[in-house]
Amino acid sequence: MNIPLLTVLGRMFLAFLEATGAVTAFAFHAVRQAVQPPYYRRQIVSQILEIGYYSLPVVGLTAIFTGMVLALQSYTGFARFSAESAIPNVVVVSLTRELGPVLASLMVAGRIGAAIAAEIGTMRVTEQIDALTTLSTDPFKYLVAPRLIAGIVTLPILVFVADIIGILGGFLVGVYKLDFNDAAYLRNTIDFLQFQDVFSGLVKAAVFGFLITLMGCYHGYTSKGGAQGVGMATTNAVVSASILIFTFNYFITEAFFAR
Amino acid sequence: MSVPSKISLRDVAKSFGPKKVLQGIDLDVAPGESMVVIGGSGTGKSVLLKCILGLMAPDRGSICVDGEETVAFNDRSRARVMRKFGMLFQGGALFDSLRVWENVAFGPIQSDGMKAEEAREVAVAKLGAVGLGPEIGELFPSELSGGMQKRVALARAIAREPEIIFFDEPTTGLDPIMADVINDLIVKCVSDLGATAVSITHDMASARKIGHRIGMLYEGRLIWQGPVADIDHSGNAHVDQFIHGRAEGPIRMQVRKL
Ligand SMILES: Nc1ncnc2c1ncn2[C@@H]1O[C@H](COP(=O)(O)OP(=O)(O)O)[C@@H](O)[C@H]1O
Ligand SMILES: [Mg+2]
Repeated sequence: MNIPLLTVLGRMFLAFLEATGAVTAFAFHAVRQAVQPPYYRRQIVSQILEIGYYSLPVVGLTAIFTGMVLALQSYTGFARFSAESAIPNVVVVSLTRELGPVLASLMVAGRIGAAIAAEIGTMRVTEQIDALTTLSTDPFKYLVAPRLIAGIVTLPILVFVADIIGILGGFLVGVYKLDFNDAAYLRNTIDFLQFQDVFSGLVKAAVFGFLITLMGCYHGYTSKGGAQGVGMATTNAVVSASILIFTFNYFITEAFFAR
Repeated sequence: MSVPSKISLRDVAKSFGPKKVLQGIDLDVAPGESMVVIGGSGTGKSVLLKCILGLMAPDRGSICVDGEETVAFNDRSRARVMRKFGMLFQGGALFDSLRVWENVAFGPIQSDGMKAEEAREVAVAKLGAVGLGPEIGELFPSELSGGMQKRVALARAIAREPEIIFFDEPTTGLDPIMADVINDLIVKCVSDLGATAVSITHDMASARKIGHRIGMLYEGRLIWQGPVADIDHSGNAHVDQFIHGRAEGPIRMQVRKL
């Protein structure tokens, strides 16, 4: 078959628009259901535990090594300009504004986005979602809303913890490897830090939390065709959440800091 | 018919893309009647049930429950009619994150607002009705055999004492003895509740046992309907071929989809 390049590109563009429309409609419906009663409190709490508490080790490890490598890298770079004293500032600003929210969210996307897509996808192909409906329970309220709420609430908390652990990582490398004075390092960190650095990071985290859980729910909910379909839903949930994280990260940064 | 129908379908059609699955179904089910729809795999039996249940919207046609047109229902009316229904899914569709008793008590707790302790008693009673002891209630669905899962699913379907119960291939995948146990349970539960039943199956033994009336679905239409007693002399070559399970006859097996 001979399909000209333009046709292929056109089809891809149309498919992209269609998917965007479907996701947007799904998101609107989910949010509308999430704000109306009944609220399934037990589901919300268990999702917060699942997303937040059990992600702590992964996010903590990511954060501490990121903080450590940031300190080390900026030292090797800044030593050329005798600007080593800027290291605490660089570490804290990069962590709170960018690396904390983005890296923590990417880890959570891998862990939680995939798990949500697999769970809801399995429920879809085994007719459990239909069963919910026949038992007069709206799957959007019972399955989707608790996950979205948990994502929006927990990611900022996780990222805040990640910020602290990351700063600690930078501090450890700074003091024990690069021979900074510990009090001076901390003072530099705190003096330079602005409210907006942390706040913008937490806003990002809330948005990313929404995107991760939304992608998990959407791909799981719309999956079809047995185990293979669920596998595809899982992959798509992680990939699309990651890309959305990078995309939204840019625009939120621009909204906060562009002059 | 003098009594008004409990369920009444007129010219119901449903396609998926180019694939025409239902092409004009007319069906009436009287109150207290047990209707069985038979038909080969992939003929659209499950799609038919899902349309009646409101899980899928038909492309055209009318579906009335207790004389009420349900096709264009809003959420609230849909929920009200859904409360009359109980459904046994083909694979059981038990919630695997919940214990057996929580599965059975799900409807009473989540939609009827029953207190957990009371609902637990209801669950134990319903499990008893399908021949399962209270200790089974503490297990998770994955710990049960296929036959036991079907029983739990049946208990869940009857937990809210529905007026209309739907059964999607209740005996598929079970050994003949367990299939007969399930058939007996279905007959007993339906008559205990005085419910109307609509079942779909390709298991003729099951159809004869649980049905008052049988309809045969073929190429998107109900090509024959009649009392169970008439099935052996329907005068319809398709029906004859199906109930005797012959490879030769007017029905040609579709090997590939579409
Ligand atoms: N959600 C769906 N999307 C697309 N095709 C479907 C869907 N549900 C069912 N079908 C198709 O409709 C046909 C009938 O399916 P079904 O009602 O499940 O058959 P059965 O009689 O075995 O229960 C099948 O060919 C199936 O592929
Ligand atoms: Mg089926």
